[in-house]
Amino acid sequence: MSSNPETVTAKPDRLVQVPNKEPASHSVSAAGADAELLLGSHSYDSVTDRISGIVLDQRSHPTAWFAVFALAFLALNGMMLTITWLLYRGVGIWGINQPAGWGFDIINFVWWIGIGHAGTLISAILLLMRQQWRTSINRFAEAMTLFAVACAGLYPLLHTGRPWVAYWLFPYPNIMGIWPQFRSPLIWDVFAVSTYMTVSALFWFVGLVPDLASLRDRARNRFARILFGIGALGWRGSARHWARYEAAYLMLAGLSTPLVLSVHSIVSFDFAVSVLPGWHTTVFPPYFVAGAIYAGFAMVLTLAIPVRAWYGLRDFITDKHLDWMAKIMLATGLIVVYGYIMEMFYGWYSGNPYEGFLIKNRMTGPYAPLFWALLVCNGVVPQVLWSPRWRSSPAVLFTVSLVVSVGMWLERFIIIPVSLHRDFLPSSWGMYVPTVWDWGMFVGTLGLFFFLMFLFIRFLPMISIFEIRDLLHRIRGRRDLATEGHHEA
Amino acid sequence: MRRSGLVARFRSPEDLLAAVKALKSRGYRRLDSYSPFPIHGMAEALEAEDARLPWLVFLCGAAGAALGYGLQYYTSVIAYPLNVGGRPFHSWPSFIPVTFETTVLLAAFGAVFGMFAMNGLPQPHHPLFDVPGFDRTSSDAFFLHVEASDPLFDRPKTEDLLLSLGAISVHEVLS
Repeated sequence: MSSNPETVTAKPDRLVQVPNKEPASHSVSAAGADAELLLGSHSYDSVTDRISGIVLDQRSHPTAWFAVFALAFLALNGMMLTITWLLYRGVGIWGINQPAGWGFDIINFVWWIGIGHAGTLISAILLLMRQQWRTSINRFAEAMTLFAVACAGLYPLLHTGRPWVAYWLFPYPNIMGIWPQFRSPLIWDVFAVSTYMTVSALFWFVGLVPDLASLRDRARNRFARILFGIGALGWRGSARHWARYEAAYLMLAGLSTPLVLSVHSIVSFDFAVSVLPGWHTTVFPPYFVAGAIYAGFAMVLTLAIPVRAWYGLRDFITDKHLDWMAKIMLATGLIVVYGYIMEMFYGWYSGNPYEGFLIKNRMTGPYAPLFWALLVCNGVVPQVLWSPRWRSSPAVLFTVSLVVSVGMWLERFIIIPVSLHRDFLPSSWGMYVPTVWDWGMFVGTLGLFFFLMFLFIRFLPMISIFEIRDLLHRIRGRRDLATEGHHEA
Repeated sequence: MRRSGLVARFRSPEDLLAAVKALKSRGYRRLDSYSPFPIHGMAEALEAEDARLPWLVFLCGAAGAALGYGLQYYTSVIAYPLNVGGRPFHSWPSFIPVTFETTVLLAAFGAVFGMFAMNGLPQPHHPLFDVPGFDRTSSDAFFLHVEASDPLFDRPKTEDLLLSLGAISVHEVLS
């Protein structure tokens, strides 16, 4: 480890704000905190080499890559079969019916969209807050956003029953003379999700351009050089280009920040705007957004921990990164638990018998085990993250992340079919049981997600190379400043 | 072949920035620098800051808002008025979410496509790509380009000046 935090006492001009202030005895100076984000002795060249090498040297991929990819591909094919049967028979093959007209299709839509949100949080919100630690995980998390939103988008598309006319959702002049109904949150959702997908893809691509130029300049294979050359758009690192590039990137971050908050708020409006007990609460938008970030960070950790071990990327995705992600997970988890408490409070305080019954039904009804499992997964287990010792263990973090992913899935199950299955009229009560096709679709989207994610790891730089070079430059600048004692500003 | 100036390679971003400042103070105007990451202070030194982009993004965002709201007003009030739960045809609060999304969408298009267009990208080839070692600009090389069209440009004098400022190599750019 070449970095030595103790000797660095630089004036913190572009401070890295440590999210949760640690006790004074452990506190590190700004430069020290930066230095912990890039370990090992690196040069601009070695950073570029190390990250682009994963893409350019196709023999660098471990057996684990093939194992995960094969499994994902299998699940993806299962999904293809499911969709074929679905298109042939219709949505009746799913477990949805009266009274629960929304089941796995909407549960998984909300779950996937939520997972995507961490990517935008890392790439946009942390950029605006000048959190240097976003640098080595942003590319990866943005890819996760794109693929998660792609998985999410499949559900409402197929739930329409006639996905071949899904373009009817968009306003366009047509011979039927009809237009979408803009007073419905469902059409807001169409606009929110498609805008989110488009802006996330643009953000991701803009970030990739300078790295594609690095790959173009390093590729020895002619075919790869041409492909990366097309993607790099002729990027040559001109200062004038960088100036506009940085301005555009910052503005995209500024636009994506309210966008990501709007997306899950609008998803929550799908529920909150209705008059159903359990859905009609004002706490829904913030509670959904917090849950989205919670689930998203869990997925980033689930992916980052094994991938950094397989590819030996501990210099870039350091224990400090894992620690901070764990802290964000802990904080958003507490907001989510607050949401649960508020839901129960509303059930009692509203004085409405239907609202009160809903809470009682959640706790003691036929789906009660799922409710208590939800509290354990999202409320109890993540509390181990308070301990710095457990937070520093990748195995513990990985396990907690998986538990949180399950918990957030259960949350959507509790909110959607459990609110629907016993409505105002006891004679119309029923049960919601997912069928094998529901499970096939769910496992299939998991397959699609990991399939795309592992293709991305193999063929595009999973860590932003130019931002790591920039980080290295900053760390060096601070170190020089500290050792020389004088430096022109 | 037309000469389009000299390009000098420097050892570090600090050397490059110092050289740009030195040339600027001697009166050189037509300069550009090339680096593997944005160098803090370089845009100011080159006077390369472009104030047009934020305005473009703002205008695109405003257009997005107008189009989004206009679309909803036209469809819900004029083209296809529909009574939904007794709400007015012009239910402006319900139109806000979609207006917001179209604003963000068009502003993002403005930021991305505007940035690339102003940068003249995509541009598959550029004379600088023929300079030996220029391919390392995407990893660890720092270059300074003095264009031949600069009024102070004088091949031997400028070359000497660049070398005296710490350039490790100077090449002529041909286009």
